[in-house]
Amino acid sequence: MSGLTRAAAAVADPTAAVVSATRTEKTRGPFWRPSRKLIELVVLLTPALALFTFFVLLPICVAAYYGLFNWSGYGALSDFVGLHNYRLVLDDPVFRESVLHNVIIAVLSLVIQLPLSLALALLLNRRMKGGTLLRLAVFAPYVLSEATTAVLWLLMLQPGGFVDQLFKAVGLGHEIKLWLADPSIVLYTLFVVVTWKYIGFGIILLLAGLQGVPVELREAAAIDGASPWQVTRRITLPLLGPTIRIWIFLSMIGSLQLFDIVWIMTIGGPANSSSTMVTYMIENGFRSLEFGFGSAVAVILFIISFVFALLYQRFALRRDTAGALTRAVG
Amino acid sequence: MAGATVTVPSYGRRRRIKPTVPLSYLTALVILAITLVPMLFVILGGFRTTAQINSSPTGLPHPWVWSTASFWENLGNSAMIAVIATALAVGLGAMAAFALSRYDFRFREGWYLVFAIGLLFPANVASLPIYLLLKHINLLDNPLGVALPEAAFSLPFTIIILRPFMRAIPGELQDAAVVDGASRLTFFLRILLPLSRPALMTVSILAFVTSWNAYLLPFLVFTSEGHFTLPLGVATFQSTYSQNTASIFAFTALSMLPALAFFVLAQRRIVGGLSGLAGSVKG
Repeated sequence: MSGLTRAAAAVADPTAAVVSATRTEKTRGPFWRPSRKLIELVVLLTPALALFTFFVLLPICVAAYYGLFNWSGYGALSDFVGLHNYRLVLDDPVFRESVLHNVIIAVLSLVIQLPLSLALALLLNRRMKGGTLLRLAVFAPYVLSEATTAVLWLLMLQPGGFVDQLFKAVGLGHEIKLWLADPSIVLYTLFVVVTWKYIGFGIILLLAGLQGVPVELREAAAIDGASPWQVTRRITLPLLGPTIRIWIFLSMIGSLQLFDIVWIMTIGGPANSSSTMVTYMIENGFRSLEFGFGSAVAVILFIISFVFALLYQRFALRRDTAGALTRAVG
Repeated sequence: MAGATVTVPSYGRRRRIKPTVPLSYLTALVILAITLVPMLFVILGGFRTTAQINSSPTGLPHPWVWSTASFWENLGNSAMIAVIATALAVGLGAMAAFALSRYDFRFREGWYLVFAIGLLFPANVASLPIYLLLKHINLLDNPLGVALPEAAFSLPFTIIILRPFMRAIPGELQDAAVVDGASRLTFFLRILLPLSRPALMTVSILAFVTSWNAYLLPFLVFTSEGHFTLPLGVATFQSTYSQNTASIFAFTALSMLPALAFFVLAQRRIVGGLSGLAGSVKG
């Protein structure tokens, strides 16, 4: 414990570095003495840096350490098991299945959500009556919390509930399934809910991007005889490139840490058929009080997301200025 | 609402109606139905008792009354935690952004990068480690145990959005303030902060909504129901009273109203904030 807090304090205190940084610097202008500037910098930066270091950077370091122990959360960390926990996680078929589920959701997002958002954004970008209202409505689900969304859809999807009634009403009664209890379709049901919740965000993002596509360009192409499809394909979409790449980035990060909706609607079930990496971590680390094991899962998930984020930044976002993060890191 | 949107568009000057126009309106109508019907279903469902829902038709809002006790408590907790998290993130974030935008010092970009990298730390993945850390420092089952990490995770985007904004404010203003005898901190408090209000609003809304909607961290941290936030309350209520469908409807409907009301009021800011965030991630 004391070692932990001492380490935190050492990381959190930027004074040392700032001192060495400012001492060498020449005084700029007649109004400020360096000592005063130094004090100001420390006062301004330390609180944010301390909070950030303690709750964002430190936890993952602590988890990397706990992951080396067999620990139920009580008593001392005495049962050192080395990398055993990490091996257990990676060898667990349920964990691999969970990773696969995250990948399925991510791929479905790319293949279904992205084209759908694009189509809807292009549609909403036209001037039409009630367009503002439509934009508002599409975006509304995004402001609901994931928990509320999950409960709302639980109510909708009850056997014999609204969705089933709707299927019957349009003559698709024979297609009614146990939406949340059938292991072969539960993941896809959850994907539909996730899409309902987040598609508005994608549309708003793409609409903002479309504002940046000059109307003159499209008009010029149209005058030169390009069909509407050609204009969209050759001019609008390429210019939307940066926005689309940002959407993909945010959507992938979201898919990797999918939890709330799944947990409330199915707890990852039935029989792990809808488990995700984070539900796996909560189920096997938190609920079963295997905190050493859970920490190992957290570290593995962290590495997966962080490596993905850095690679994506490096290769996909490089053309946009967004490579800022990786230019210095890697 | 839907009826207003289906009116035939007036003819544009010298423009023929394209065959795609009716298709657009049809699509628009379908979109409206898909997004709004589930919400209306729950809100209207909140006005009926279980028996009435089972045998359909309408009725009086009987269950609203008895589901409200824990609802108001959850609402209060959510508000308190979101206010603390937002105040901390925006307050400390503005200070840091000021230092990182208008002071010259060595490794400034390095310090900025430390915060910016936080944007790549997935909050849900970090939740279990945060829980273990809170356990160490005895902040479990304490509103601060949720508010402080939430504030910390909101710092990166706060600083990333505020820094370029503060940087863009002309240096002449600062020089003029200095000539008039203002210190740098006076300049920060009296001139820079008021001028940064649009950006401050944006980051406040983002931080507030993030905290308001959070489920996983409160789920791990809180054990006593008196501390539950609204998302946690909704989910718990649903699993506890699964037989009493009408109450779940009522509770869920109630929990949607603050978010929707807030959205209608701050719609432009929320949308602007989100596109702004994406924009600043871009550069």
